[in-house]
Amino acid sequence: MPEPQAVDIHGLTHRYGDHAALSDISFSVARRELFGLLGPNGGGKTTLFRLLSTLLPIQSGRVEIFGTDVAARQEDVRRQIGVVFQSPSLDRVLTVRENLLHQGHLYGMRRGALRERIDVLLGRLGIADRAGDRIASLSGGLQRRVEIAKGLLHQPRLLLLDEPSTGLDPGARDDLWRYLRDLRDHEGVTAVVTTHLMEEAEHCDRLAILDKGRLVATGPPAELRAHVGGDCITIQSEMPAELAEKIATRFDVESAIVGGRLRIERADGHDLVRELVDAFPDEISTVTLGKPTLQDAFIHLTGHQFWGEGDA
Amino acid sequence: MSTSTAPVAPSPAPPALEAQPRGSFWLPIYTLTQRELVRFFRQRTRVIGALGQPLLFWILFGAGLKGSFQPPRWANWEMSYQEYFFPGVAVMIVMFTAIFSTISIIEDRREGFLQGVLVAPISRLSLVLGKLCGGTVLAVLQAVLFLLLAPTMGISITPAAALLTLVWLTLLSFTLTALGFVIAWPMESTQGFHAIMSVFLMPMWLLSGAFFPAGESGWLSWIIAANPLTYGMAGLRRLLYFGRDIPTGSGLPGLGTSLVVTCLFCAVCVGLSVYLAGRRVSKDAR
Repeated sequence: MPEPQAVDIHGLTHRYGDHAALSDISFSVARRELFGLLGPNGGGKTTLFRLLSTLLPIQSGRVEIFGTDVAARQEDVRRQIGVVFQSPSLDRVLTVRENLLHQGHLYGMRRGALRERIDVLLGRLGIADRAGDRIASLSGGLQRRVEIAKGLLHQPRLLLLDEPSTGLDPGARDDLWRYLRDLRDHEGVTAVVTTHLMEEAEHCDRLAILDKGRLVATGPPAELRAHVGGDCITIQSEMPAELAEKIATRFDVESAIVGGRLRIERADGHDLVRELVDAFPDEISTVTLGKPTLQDAFIHLTGHQFWGEGDA
Repeated sequence: MSTSTAPVAPSPAPPALEAQPRGSFWLPIYTLTQRELVRFFRQRTRVIGALGQPLLFWILFGAGLKGSFQPPRWANWEMSYQEYFFPGVAVMIVMFTAIFSTISIIEDRREGFLQGVLVAPISRLSLVLGKLCGGTVLAVLQAVLFLLLAPTMGISITPAAALLTLVWLTLLSFTLTALGFVIAWPMESTQGFHAIMSVFLMPMWLLSGAFFPAGESGWLSWIIAANPLTYGMAGLRRLLYFGRDIPTGSGLPGLGTSLVVTCLFCAVCVGLSVYLAGRRVSKDAR
């Protein structure tokens, strides 16, 4: 029998009343994968995170974690996952060490083994000297590290992290990703990370893009970028609609208006830019040409901007 | 995490599921109880609030209502209002402490601690019991502190009576904490809890025979008889006066009836708590 995937999702739908937060989602996460759930706020990634972390019951569809049915065997699933929430989950009245001791006890760890594990984690996360301090006295970034230590304490095989870099400065973000890669490489830990930040998503081995509760695409960041044919030209103009029409008549080039800007995907972008600027010097205020980013991929796949109206 | 850049030494693969420690039933209860106690003693105002107000009530009402008090029929000795009110205040302390410790559920939810407990591999029964034991220990501690004043009321407690009283206080505290749990769990805000407190919990205490004796007839006596806390109150009175012979059928429920009703009340509250904690609704996932 083949080894089950770390996460296997089939036809997952979740509704809050009439509103479908997730519609018929299916994908899987391989073992030892750093997997990103990318999407704008309200796209459904937080709902998916809550379903995976067993906070919400599965309404319809099937979710398996290491082959264990999440709907039927919550407790077995809970034992295997480490959850790092976006909102704080620490007791602010207690110290760092006390928080981790309680956490360990909840996971059936105790005494020497637990203390040892806490020391190792505090050392690795660079907060050993703050072990006796109350959470309330720590900065946001340090609290975040304690949250991460909490999620890792019982050596879960699957880590679920909801917007883990919230409140971390750029240096600490890089350290977090380096640490997640270390865990993947040396301890075989799979991580599923939700994020609304494109540059964060670039760190992942594979991504699932969620938009309005639908799965738009899955794949490695490079592959998703490759969905965009060649280069990306973005044009700012006073009258985008008229300009789009003119471009279509003159060059036979399709352009889309996204967020008030003209967007053209072309294999030979630099030639077209030159021609466009020559042809419409007055209509074009600025033009940019770039290799496609994940943002471009998102626009290409969904037809709208990442931070579209009503999304943010 | 700037200091965590040292390379991580390769460590053995994490143990397979079977080798991981099984979720324990008692360890979470122990750890959640301990947390409750540590939190309580680190928040000084809670200590003052839970003991101070009832004590003040006892002194002020005891003095103020002295003249207009008519001892109940079952008190076949001379009883001052202060003495009558004494066990009532003990129950008030239990109620306040129990209730206030369950308000922390709302805070835990808001501050996020609860979500971490909810995804832990512990049975919902241990989660509930952890909370209830914490509240119970605190309530019993404070009620016992107060009951040490019993000799000043001329109530002499034998060692056996003291032990039984302790057991009774524990049962009562556990029950009232569970009642608080049932009220607090679905609550969004502590304000809502305070509203319930003033329209439901305070009257429940007032109409339990704690503040004034039940009349022999009339609608008020019916309410008092229907109030489950009346039996918790009566049990405490009977145990405090363990040596005296208080006849049943004299307005104070007997010890047996009190025990049965309180146990039933307890079972209902704990059952509801476990049911509520086991329900997964989007509100918990914040």
